[in-house]
Amino acid sequence: MLQTIARGLAPLALVAGLFSGLAAPAFAEAPASVTDRVTDFMLDNGMQVVVVEDHRAPVVQQMVWYRAGSADEPKGESGVAHFLEHLMFKATKNMASGELSATVAANGGEDNAFTSYDYTAYYQRVAADRLELMMKMEADRMVNLILSEDDIRTERDVILEERNMRTDNNPRALFGEQMNAAQYLNSRYGLPVIGWRHEMEELSRADALDFYHTYYAPNDAILVVSGDVDPAEVRRLAETYYGVIPANPNLPERIRAQEPPQTAARRLTYKDARVAQPYVSRSYLAPERDPGDQKKAAALTLLAEMLGGGNTSYLAEKLQFDTQAAVWSNAYYSGTSVDRTTFDLVVVPADGVNLEEAEAALDKALADFMERGVDMEQLERIKMQLRASQIYQQDNVDGIANRYGSALAVGLSVKDIQDWPEILQSVTADEIMEAARDVLRPESSVTGWLMRQDEEEVMQ
Amino acid sequence: MNAPKMRPLIAALAGLVALLTALPALAEVKIQEVTTPKGIKAWLVEEHSIPFAALELRFKGGTSLDLPGKRGATYLMSGLLEEGAADLDARAFARAQESLAASFSYDVGDDALSVSARFLSENRDEAVELLRTSLMEPRFDQDAIDRVRAQVISGIMSDAKDPRDIAANAFTQMAYGEHPYATDGKGTVESVNALTRDDILAAHKGVFARDRLYIGAVGDITPEELSTLLDNLLGDLPETGAPFPGPADVSIDGGVTVVPFDTPQSVALFGQRGIERDDDDFFAAYVMNQILGAGGFESRLMTEVREKRGLTYGIYSYLNPKDWAAVYMGSVASSNDKVAEAIKLVKEEWTRLRDDGVTEKELEDAKTYLTGAYPLRFDGNGEIASILAGMQLQGLPIDYIATRNDKVEAVTLDDVNRVAKELLDPDHLHFVVVGKPDGLESTASN
Repeated sequence: MLQTIARGLAPLALVAGLFSGLAAPAFAEAPASVTDRVTDFMLDNGMQVVVVEDHRAPVVQQMVWYRAGSADEPKGESGVAHFLEHLMFKATKNMASGELSATVAANGGEDNAFTSYDYTAYYQRVAADRLELMMKMEADRMVNLILSEDDIRTERDVILEERNMRTDNNPRALFGEQMNAAQYLNSRYGLPVIGWRHEMEELSRADALDFYHTYYAPNDAILVVSGDVDPAEVRRLAETYYGVIPANPNLPERIRAQEPPQTAARRLTYKDARVAQPYVSRSYLAPERDPGDQKKAAALTLLAEMLGGGNTSYLAEKLQFDTQAAVWSNAYYSGTSVDRTTFDLVVVPADGVNLEEAEAALDKALADFMERGVDMEQLERIKMQLRASQIYQQDNVDGIANRYGSALAVGLSVKDIQDWPEILQSVTADEIMEAARDVLRPESSVTGWLMRQDEEEVMQ
Repeated sequence: MNAPKMRPLIAALAGLVALLTALPALAEVKIQEVTTPKGIKAWLVEEHSIPFAALELRFKGGTSLDLPGKRGATYLMSGLLEEGAADLDARAFARAQESLAASFSYDVGDDALSVSARFLSENRDEAVELLRTSLMEPRFDQDAIDRVRAQVISGIMSDAKDPRDIAANAFTQMAYGEHPYATDGKGTVESVNALTRDDILAAHKGVFARDRLYIGAVGDITPEELSTLLDNLLGDLPETGAPFPGPADVSIDGGVTVVPFDTPQSVALFGQRGIERDDDDFFAAYVMNQILGAGGFESRLMTEVREKRGLTYGIYSYLNPKDWAAVYMGSVASSNDKVAEAIKLVKEEWTRLRDDGVTEKELEDAKTYLTGAYPLRFDGNGEIASILAGMQLQGLPIDYIATRNDKVEAVTLDDVNRVAKELLDPDHLHFVVVGKPDGLESTASN
């Protein structure tokens, strides 16, 4: 599952509920669609710009997304993308350490940043008349960062404490890390975004600056401005502050190590005394949304909803209602990714049900689903909700901004983003079953058991 | 992982900061008061540009209404509201909700149960009728009770191994004596296992009543439409429910409580007595806390503990004026070999602010931030509906949003420094530390 980690205390829930990530065609009677609010253009230096208008409140959000995340890091330097994200709040040639955040705060705004496998993003939310100041500062740190050895020492301790908090203090996160590492044989997605501890401890000033100079440039960045703004004015400001920064002619092409054919089902158990509730997790390697080719990802999006979306889902019906094998079950898929991603299932067994039985119940439910096929009424309900989300999401302009930013950062186009809702609506039952057959294959799967320290493993 | 419907009630710290009273403030928000023919009162902001509406209902009371020996009844009951109503069982109810593309969420905390609904204009009547059945005619089928009970128990067992929850439970147990605040509203494995369907019915009767209801609505709906909607939805509520618990006797001594737990990073929760929301000095205290430890990167605690020394990823403090007690709380997490130093710094900052006060520049920066950030909260129909209900629950006037920033601006340096002297009490600031902290032991007074 994709993870996104942030510098501050209130990370944006980027990979939130399934529906939050989706757009859908408007109802006939909807007065305006999301698309009507969106303007996009390109600066001469290759910086992409998207403006999402919402004039209901005098507030603006600026985001700058870099097409550089943990999966773009050099070998042996896991965590450097996220480390740099923290360091971007230190001194530049024109600003003192911490001055950017202090200035945002002194203007009554909020700022933060986050890093994922495929991107790193920075944002501020402020009163709409402060946009120019925000652009001036954000453009400054795109090229003028200075790092002292002291910054490195202190901030490295901060990210190690962040790893403690997110991962080492949390057996579920440690288990997830092992699952990911087992899933990917060659892709960088097998390494945690925050980094392996032993590599984080060695991250240097040179490592951070190398990553910065390689990837932080206008032709590797996307500006997304949302809120009470005029697109023409945003263009004028963007040209003034970002447009003057030269493109990096040496920007590397985004070519990543790809997965070989996966030919062996993998299993693992992770034991930890801090586990209160054991569970079974299963992941399958799965295709992502690709430019001009999103049908399979759309089918998987609907499949995840069908299998795991709440009380009406197939797994809930089989594992929580028909039998009481599970306390809880779910399915996850998010196709917004540069390279192949995963389709995930989880089953939390009921009291008195062991993990072997829970896994068997899951496999039986999946086999039954493959035999029974799609419930057409359920598919229609899911599509209805997707259409409605087109209305609800207009109430959350920053959510729209996030969707555009993340999709553009993984290489999709504005057209791909705007086509996505209709592609979701066009998916047929046959396409869902075909996607299920393609993806739910044992040989490309990992099955993990999260266990208490004292639990006996059942013989396989 | 949390069970699906039962979102964690002991909010993450960020959530608690936000909880720190909705101090809404956008002059442009035009609130109308609507009183229905049946006498139900609501605050409405009309917003017709998107064809849906958000409705927020707050019932004062929350898990603190649990009857003696029935801890967890209100929490379990709230998890069952969407598990079948009228002639629909749990799955039929969920299918009906999906078909309407409406969303209803039910959440309960120490002081209130909230219902957050949003529904499309095109099928509003059907959606509201479905919502009505969940509030007024929940089935509480035995199989649903057993299923959700198992989810709640799974959550309680997970909390018992989560350092943050362990710390929160240890702190409340120490601070609140016999008051319901002293124990987790989810209940214990034993108390939840013992709950019967009659207990759930009693909890339902205790919560849902007219005399404790506060309503905010925002979106594509007129006052007349809202009035009819509310009478249909809530007109049959009984006049009164369970008695409120009354004020808690807060007792917090200084010192340290170490709860041994084998994990690499210690989690420390600290707190002392707080200040009531309706205290004349509340705004001065609020501005003071902005400088000392509120979210963001500029606070003194963040600067000293994270930015200068790298001892933590996050540290913050927050005023927590609950309905029946006021406390001033904070939290920090540091690896076991560093947490003692982090705690020492917190005590030093607490003392320094009490003794030396804040500077004029700190005060001005805090005010600019607080007044400028206020409009950022009005961030969507659901958020505004929630703010409207919260304002009424706190007894704030309908014009509060327009005047709130003036109250912040009116705080003087003398106010902050006087309140700092009166409020900050490092000798009675107690730290609960969960982990294996080096160089820290529980103090003797425990």
